[in-house]
Amino acid sequence: MMHSVPLLLQVADPQLPPSPGMFVLFGLIKAGVAFGIYMLCVAYTTLLERRVAGWIQDRIGPNRVGPQGLLQPIADGVKNFMKEEALPATANKALFVMAPAIAFVPAMITWAVIPFAAPLPIPGVGLISMAVADLPIGFLFILAISSLGVYGLTIAGWSSNNKYALLGGLRASAQMISYEIAMGMSTVCVLLLAGNVNLNEIVAQQQGQAWNVVLLTMAFFIFAVSALAETNRVPFDLPESESELVAGYHAEYSSMRYSMFPLAEYANIITSSGLMVTLFFGGWDIPFTQWDNAAPHSVVKTLVTLGAYFAKVFFFVFAFIWIRWTVPRFRYDQLMSLGWKLLLPMALLYITAVASLALALDFAGVVRTSMAYTGAFLAMNVVFVVLVFWVLDRGRIVSPAYSRIERERLAKMRLGAERSDLLTGKGA
Amino acid sequence: MATKRTVEVELSTTGIGPDGKPQRIPLVAGGDGGVALQAPPGIEPDLEGEHMLINIGPQHPATHGVLRLVLELDGETVVRCIPHIGYLHCGFEKIGEYRQYNQIIPWTDRDDYLNCVGNNIAFALGAEKLFGIEVTPRCTVLRVIGMELSRIISHLVWMGTTCIDIGAYTPFLWSFQERENVYNLFEGWVGARLTTSASRVGGMAADIPDGWLDGLKAFVRTFPKTLDECDRVVTKNGIWVGRTVGIGVMSPEEAINYGLSGPMLRASGVDYDVRKDFPYLDYETYDFEVPVGVHGDVYDRYLVRMEEMRQSVRILEQAIARLPDGPVNVDDPRVILPPKHKATSEMESMIHHFKNVMEGPRPAPGEAYVAVEAPKGEKGYYMVSDGSAKPVRWRIRPPSYVNLSAIPKMVEGHLLSDVIAINASIDIVMGEIDR
Repeated sequence: MMHSVPLLLQVADPQLPPSPGMFVLFGLIKAGVAFGIYMLCVAYTTLLERRVAGWIQDRIGPNRVGPQGLLQPIADGVKNFMKEEALPATANKALFVMAPAIAFVPAMITWAVIPFAAPLPIPGVGLISMAVADLPIGFLFILAISSLGVYGLTIAGWSSNNKYALLGGLRASAQMISYEIAMGMSTVCVLLLAGNVNLNEIVAQQQGQAWNVVLLTMAFFIFAVSALAETNRVPFDLPESESELVAGYHAEYSSMRYSMFPLAEYANIITSSGLMVTLFFGGWDIPFTQWDNAAPHSVVKTLVTLGAYFAKVFFFVFAFIWIRWTVPRFRYDQLMSLGWKLLLPMALLYITAVASLALALDFAGVVRTSMAYTGAFLAMNVVFVVLVFWVLDRGRIVSPAYSRIERERLAKMRLGAERSDLLTGKGA
Repeated sequence: MATKRTVEVELSTTGIGPDGKPQRIPLVAGGDGGVALQAPPGIEPDLEGEHMLINIGPQHPATHGVLRLVLELDGETVVRCIPHIGYLHCGFEKIGEYRQYNQIIPWTDRDDYLNCVGNNIAFALGAEKLFGIEVTPRCTVLRVIGMELSRIISHLVWMGTTCIDIGAYTPFLWSFQERENVYNLFEGWVGARLTTSASRVGGMAADIPDGWLDGLKAFVRTFPKTLDECDRVVTKNGIWVGRTVGIGVMSPEEAINYGLSGPMLRASGVDYDVRKDFPYLDYETYDFEVPVGVHGDVYDRYLVRMEEMRQSVRILEQAIARLPDGPVNVDDPRVILPPKHKATSEMESMIHHFKNVMEGPRPAPGEAYVAVEAPKGEKGYYMVSDGSAKPVRWRIRPPSYVNLSAIPKMVEGHLLSDVIAINASIDIVMGEIDR
């Protein structure tokens, strides 16, 4: 009796979706493997950062532990576990302990919906999608989860009961909120073109047309800047800004609790790079060929596209590191004005432009996959890029003297402080 | 009743609260005008917002030593800034009263420890004024080389640390590499790298060894390239310009009134350089420019110092070309030790050696003040002699100390981040400030 054969043993066509049982089983396997590889990448990004920094700064970097320092992340991990954990007497203990985990987990969960290779056909099982969870709401999930990371930083800063940490935590929350909006707005353009929030569909759209970096250049710039700000890296490392706030929100942390924060930062770098690749650089797509995304799928195609995806992500991770060791840090008010006064209006304007152009082209009957369609968007982008990078010059975008408050206000502030001065006996 | 917490209140002390946890106990004014340690009942945040008091230093990555700044912040805006100094006080000037002139030279290493050779030479110039000694031509040129090299390393440290303070880490390591090259040169010359004690009354500790000038020539050739690299990374960087332009402005009048000197003064547009206006050694014969800023902000100070390094290279090139042969030390047995072989074979030389070592050279009674253009500003050494081998008074005019006095004026009204940038732009060395 055929219908009594258990679901798991059903023989399936490898080019079709798997049965629900297999879907769950392979979902778990994918989660395990992806988690392992992801953690390995995070650990080795720390090494990469130190070696690249050494390269940029004309020095060697860690090369003692293992060949070329390859065991350095393990040594660091062991060292951090062995260190004493200091818990400030006045800290809010529960939140203080919880904060590192809150910072770390969202970066990792975000990764779950990003597709990293062409679907893998497994004989007898079916076509396995190469995203840990191919959620229909893909991108909305990312927006929802990635905002959670800031709670870790803010709670860490607040619960430490340290002024530097508090300032760091406050800066982190303000910064994240400001840039989250610009980031969300920049991705609206992507969703407009894809007509879908599923990341696999977004990749498919780019395979059909051109990569979104060509179609939506400005959105990519906005997204890249926001991603830098979201990961708290130079030039947006204000929450921890070593030279001002000592270590900012993690000033009171030590041992593994401390290293959870850098790990969260590196996890965020990888996730942001993965997102940039998926949204703007075609995901796992190999350019100038339709071989990789046309059926029938095969193991070779999966591996090659996986390699392409990793190469792209590696490039962006490298770019993150490169930027960090090249540029100075923004000031708080400059950061805010860049986010609210430049990136957000620009993103809104760009959404309008993209929507109008897409609508106009559809009315004119231009086929979406045609060269004319791509060319029209490219022309619009050239106009925008010229406008922003040549007409609005950098010196004016980041105005130098926002922080200088008026002398009268300062005098008034000091007067107020003077009046309530307890030492004069008038205040108490 | 709501009150604002102010500097004095918060400054008070920490104590133990009723639950055994550390707690801040503010000072309150008693009825008799004295202060008492007790938490006033009225302390609570008011609706206008509470001012936060933040203590930067003496152990803070950006205070360049043990400077302590107490800042009253409204949000992140500085309402008030109170600098505290003295954490590195060693009593150099008092110790000097118990040391012979040549023995004071090692103490000059330690006051501005980024400009050791310059200090050594400046002190020797002052002592020579007391003794009435004219140094040899070769010594004069060597001293110019030493002073300009130490100006370069001091500015390199300033550049590197300023870059770190503003968030750019990489130029720091580039500048420290060049600094290593200069320290290698010093090591070849006098044997020490940081605390050089390179000068003596009447000459130098040692003549330069064979081949040393080749090393200097190589440095003069390669150093401007490093400087250009740093220039490319930061000078036109939008963030760098945004962080420094219009920050910590001092007008020319304010700069003069605060007694600023060196790059701080020149960045404000006052063309004053001791090397040009009151030449010492033979600076008047060198061809170099004094960079002068316009706006007196952090960016202009940065530009002035960067250009000063290039001008120092020009001076070094000229000094290499004109370095004459001949003795380094003056032929004056009062202050200069005789060669060892003569001290063990000639009666007079042995007596000179003995008197010089045991009693020390004795200048005529009088006083001398010599000011030189140190990297941080006008550095002065003042000494009074009563005819004995030790000065009865020895004073330092530390440029960092005077320049630092303007920091409350410069930072109030700026953001917390600007405090760090402004502090870096003053280029302080606490050894010199606390003495």
